[in-house]
Amino acid sequence: MGTRDCQHICGESSPAIGEAGKTGEWRDSFPVIDQEKCLPVRQNKPSCFLCWLYCPDAVISKTIPIQINMEYCKGCGVCAQICPAHAITMVNEEEFCPNGTDEGF
Amino acid sequence: MKTNAVNMPEREYLLPGSRTCPGCALSLAYRYILKALEGQVIVTVPASCLTVLHGMYPVTSVSVPCVNTPFPSTAASATGLVAGLKALGKEGLTVLAIAGDGGTHDIGIQALSAAAERQNDFLYICYDNEGYMNTGNQRSSSTPLGAISGTTPILGKQQNQKDITAIMEAHGIPYVATANASYPLDLYEKVRRARTIRGTRFIHVFTPCPPGWSFPFGDTIKIGKLAVETGWVILYEIEDGVFRLTSASESIAQRHKLRPLRDYLMEQGRFRSITKEQNDELQGWVNARWKRCLGRAVNS
Amino acid sequence: MNERMARKASTWILDGNHAAAQGAKLSRVQVIAAYPITPQSPVTETLSEFVEGGGLDAEYIAVESEHSALAVCTSASMVGARTFTATSAHGLAYMHEMLHWAAGARLPVVLACVNRAIGAPWNVLNDQQDSISQRDTGWIQIYARNNQEILDSIIQAYKVAESVYVPIMVCYDGYILSHTEMPVDVPAQEDVDRFLPPYRPHTILDPANPKNYNLVTLANPRVDAEGVLCHGYMELRYLLQEALQNSRETIIKVGQEFGELFGRSYSNMFWEDRLDDAEVVIVAMGSLAMEARVAADMLREAGHKVGVLGLRVFRPFPKADVAKALKKSRLVVIFDKNISYGLEGATCSEIKSALYGSSVNVGIRNFIVGLGGRDIKARDLVDAVNKSLLSMKEGGLNKEYPDWICDI
Repeated sequence: MGTRDCQHICGESSPAIGEAGKTGEWRDSFPVIDQEKCLPVRQNKPSCFLCWLYCPDAVISKTIPIQINMEYCKGCGVCAQICPAHAITMVNEEEFCPNGTDEGF
Repeated sequence: MKTNAVNMPEREYLLPGSRTCPGCALSLAYRYILKALEGQVIVTVPASCLTVLHGMYPVTSVSVPCVNTPFPSTAASATGLVAGLKALGKEGLTVLAIAGDGGTHDIGIQALSAAAERQNDFLYICYDNEGYMNTGNQRSSSTPLGAISGTTPILGKQQNQKDITAIMEAHGIPYVATANASYPLDLYEKVRRARTIRGTRFIHVFTPCPPGWSFPFGDTIKIGKLAVETGWVILYEIEDGVFRLTSASESIAQRHKLRPLRDYLMEQGRFRSITKEQNDELQGWVNARWKRCLGRAVNS
Repeated sequence: MNERMARKASTWILDGNHAAAQGAKLSRVQVIAAYPITPQSPVTETLSEFVEGGGLDAEYIAVESEHSALAVCTSASMVGARTFTATSAHGLAYMHEMLHWAAGARLPVVLACVNRAIGAPWNVLNDQQDSISQRDTGWIQIYARNNQEILDSIIQAYKVAESVYVPIMVCYDGYILSHTEMPVDVPAQEDVDRFLPPYRPHTILDPANPKNYNLVTLANPRVDAEGVLCHGYMELRYLLQEALQNSRETIIKVGQEFGELFGRSYSNMFWEDRLDDAEVVIVAMGSLAMEARVAADMLREAGHKVGVLGLRVFRPFPKADVAKALKKSRLVVIFDKNISYGLEGATCSEIKSALYGSSVNVGIRNFIVGLGGRDIKARDLVDAVNKSLLSMKEGGLNKEYPDWICDI
């Protein structure tokens, strides 16, 4: 199959999510938020949101409760390290799938 | 009202699923640079980690217009974008030249110096991961003394880094600043400030690199903060010749002392072979520079 | 007189550099970035004079190197501005990387190359090694024989480049043309405006519809977010070659249109002088093609049926046209002001390539001439042709490497 349907005469790229694929597959640990410790949840109002601020990949939402896009979270652990309430823990993927299956989060 | 995480605009120009390493400080810095410009920008970028962040044809991870350009030519490309926009009477966009330390201090310095001398009207941001990281961590003129790199693999780098911000200040341009991905609010404010100024504006952003510097991904922010707390990075801005410390550097100057540089160096595998003499030399350099900054700052 | 023809041209005495500057001015270029180098400097000086004096509404950027000059032009061209640069020799070499880039990015930049020798050792005088060395970069290359052709070619170059989206270099001999004054018909601005439509870029630099240009491209085709199979690197490069191959048609059409409006037609890929009955054809490019006509006169007086094929468009190389033009000749004597070291003159190789596979069976002799500004006169060309004829008669025409006309 040829590429003549492509109208480009030079390398013209368009924006899309997941350019590098499902980068969630890269990680070996993933963040888990303890909602009882998370400040915006406890106060039930916008506050803190440092995890949203510091996520290098913009996969955390500025919502109550905080949501993390697990399809694209690379498991870097910056959010866990930065959370002032220590509400985020990095959990090993293996721990979550003890049988080594694909059943996940 | 000062920006904080709560009132920081939510709109993202960096889309999830990019090719950056986990914990990439450049990725974090770029989020805020683009937010500060509200996406009203044409970016030009040379060969660098940022090129890879942008993706691979035909898909890009970033939703702003962008022109890729060969390695030495970032500032010249920006000059061309500005000239083209002016010739066509198009206003309202910021031209952003953004390159790594390789593309700024080394192969790109000639074009940058020339553009600054010509006072070309664009914002130049250097993101500094202290090495040619995109090609596997070879030394650049920003690599610190004593650091192990791909091309200083046994003895470590024998010379300390070049102070690019001082070089750009010497060009007499209207706005020069340092920033750090670990202080995104400070970076955001500086880009917003720079956006309103006409002429060549230069911001040097410190962006730690987990694989290149050998530290765990999750520690990126911590390493960036240690850099400021030990004086390796000083957060400042110079607008029309007036030197001001900002953010954590300002509070350190007013209320604290610098932590020993060792606290920063020992967290990174790239300094595993640093000698006591090299450590002392670096400490002396940091101390002298901090003293000069304290002497100059209107708010120290 | 044809109603549509331009009526308002006037004749000026111009050297080649000023003719080039006038060509750029009349084309209403919008961004100029050029670094001075002998013998090109008057081009950039004249253009800065036009801009500062208000005669040309353009952004003039005093760049610090030729690499930056072309980088400025490529990015300005991406925005949608009509751009111009000029250089020679080492300057062209310095922007080599950007030449590749501009072609691959499919940007209609026009560059005037004032042909000059390249070091080591230093030499500021004429030969064509500089532009010939760049023939693989994907630029269309046009060579001017005189100052009129310089001016006319630059104007036509914009129309061609902006139609096929391939950058074009207009080359002319340093000093022989650049610094020699001759009468040039300078068209009126309003007539050039009728001829040259505005530039419509294929690139979009708009935050409302963001695109990223010339990112890393993989070897293989890759599907985009909408499921369309997009080009791999090789397909994009194929498209560039295709554009150059197909540009012949546009070059000829634009040349014809130019002729209709201005009275000077450029509807051929090369200049033909007395080829119809020629048994011996001299091939030359640039100002040497004019010298070759004088040599042809002298040889004709001596009884030889000699014609001249003055190459004008070097890239895309007009293979079929050349094979057709040389069909009836017995001997082709090719004069090259360049050499591809280790082999032979470039036009010689290209002519041979054009003839391979065709039914044309002709003797070929190559002479390297004029390097570093070594003067080459019609008399020298005549001697070379006579020498070739003699060799052909004695059965020793074919040589592995070219002859040189010099004092070694």
